[in-house]
Amino acid sequence: MIRHFLQRLLYTVPALWLILTMVFLMIHIVPGDPVLQMLGEDARAEDLAQLRHTLGLDQPLGVQYVRYLEGLARGDWGQSMRYSAPVRPIVLARFPATLELSLAALAVCIAIAVPAGVFSARRRGSRADRATSFFTLLGLSVPNFALGPILILVFSIEIGWLPVSGRGGISHLVLPAATLGAALAAILTRMVRGSMIEELSSDYVRTARAKGITETSVLFRHAFPNALIPVITIVGLQFGSLLAGTIVTETIFSWPGIGRLAVQAISARDYPLLQGCILIIAVSYVVVNLLTDLVYAIVDPRVRLQ
Amino acid sequence: MDRNSRKAQSQANDAMKQLSPIRQFLRTSGLGRWGFTVTVALILLALLAPWIAPANPSAQSLQDRLLSPSAHHWMGTDELGRDVLSRTLFGARVSLLVGVSVVLGAGIVGLALGSVSGYFGGAFDRFINIVLINSFLSFPGILLAIAFAAFLGPGLDKVILALIITGWAGYARLARAQVMKVREMEFILAARSLGASHARILLRHLLPNTLQPVLIQATIGMAGAILAESTLSFLGLGVVAPTPSWGAMLNDARNHLFDAPHLVVFPALGIMAAVLAFNLLGDALRDWLDPRTRAFLTTMDLQR
Repeated sequence: MIRHFLQRLLYTVPALWLILTMVFLMIHIVPGDPVLQMLGEDARAEDLAQLRHTLGLDQPLGVQYVRYLEGLARGDWGQSMRYSAPVRPIVLARFPATLELSLAALAVCIAIAVPAGVFSARRRGSRADRATSFFTLLGLSVPNFALGPILILVFSIEIGWLPVSGRGGISHLVLPAATLGAALAAILTRMVRGSMIEELSSDYVRTARAKGITETSVLFRHAFPNALIPVITIVGLQFGSLLAGTIVTETIFSWPGIGRLAVQAISARDYPLLQGCILIIAVSYVVVNLLTDLVYAIVDPRVRLQ
Repeated sequence: MDRNSRKAQSQANDAMKQLSPIRQFLRTSGLGRWGFTVTVALILLALLAPWIAPANPSAQSLQDRLLSPSAHHWMGTDELGRDVLSRTLFGARVSLLVGVSVVLGAGIVGLALGSVSGYFGGAFDRFINIVLINSFLSFPGILLAIAFAAFLGPGLDKVILALIITGWAGYARLARAQVMKVREMEFILAARSLGASHARILLRHLLPNTLQPVLIQATIGMAGAILAESTLSFLGLGVVAPTPSWGAMLNDARNHLFDAPHLVVFPALGIMAAVLAFNLLGDALRDWLDPRTRAFLTTMDLQR
């Protein structure tokens, strides 16, 4: 088990290195002069030179890269232009809000996908199953930036049940979590259905039924735990899309997390801050994938034994 | 099965064989038929937009701002008094243009890198597969696309470039796997023993055998690209105003949720229709061409 974990940890090194390098290179793909973009066309020459020096852009690329990695190792993520402050504390202060939203969205997904998927698999080919399939496709096709305003329109403006935006209690969390989780709920429902159909047609389920075990018990005690294994992988893989989806969802609902910070950084051309936001989302994604693999090994003893 | 029904069955099979492939496909799947119809309708609307749109999509008329749908403006007007129906029709052009360009670009880059890497193997293959393909596939694609688009700056060409950069790896993995499977087959050995060059084997023998799964992926990729373009435009990273794009229209609509809710509805319906149509078409194509793969495998990639 420990060996499996260490091995898996080693695999994340190239992915992490690639993230760091890409984030480092991003500022160099800005067309024209990034410093000019940040300060505007009418900036004074000495201000441009000053900023170029602060960002280290006047150094050779190799030197910049080494300095950048050194800085990261020391916990220095650069300076934000917009806030005139170090990037790291700004980004980290927003992290809990994003985490809260993502976890809530994940909870919404699981609450919808597990019952819908199991039901659909049990009644395979029925009208209800086909309706579920259609709704999952619909869920995949509605982008979160269309769903969000529609939900606000219905639940906040027309019915007036839930607040339009901001972060607060549970009531503030409902609409953003539903918006963010809808697409993943659709994917997960399809996944649970497919996986359950496979398990329900296997020998051990036939044996369990032959022994006269109740259908609920066959479904949830025998088939479901096995069906869960591929589902966990998808949850892990898709959690990254969820994190990326927070950029749009947080913008719609004025949710004070990393996603909204990233959009603000984009419009202010605050490149160091944007790099910090991308870095933390990408690194969280790698960490979530690592954790998924661990859960996988705990749930499925076969993985551990390999 | 008795003899008569078997005979009827074989007659039906013969009848199917005589139909053109498109009609054959349309007969097999109800949802695929829907997807096909909506896709064709969208393409026609996009192509004919300059002739059927009632107004210039960029023409402003400030005294007519934020009108509700009426006989004169079927979908109402936006905050600058522009006709929403015309903007929605022209928005279809942007979506389809981005979709086709991204799928072609990413498909060609992916096919080329994936099949060359799968065919030759060795250190080159390890580099392409482990370093490039795996790394690109290990991040959420939309995050990378947002990052690239943010640094490249707004513009339709930048959006297409950003989506190709983040989209090619899926095609490369597919083509590589397919080439590795086919290259061990006897007809490839036969071609090589007849003295065919590597280029000829790749283009004439391996390429046709990789196209089928790539075609399915490309159809679903259209849905993904349309969704991604509207996401970028929604965030202000896509097309430059006043070019109408469904994503940008939704972004404008957010400021008028209270006084003009109709502004949200039509671009949202446009995106949903386009994405759903290509998804249904792709799903049906896969079931038809390759019934063995399971339904969730390809649709999953949509989110990347």
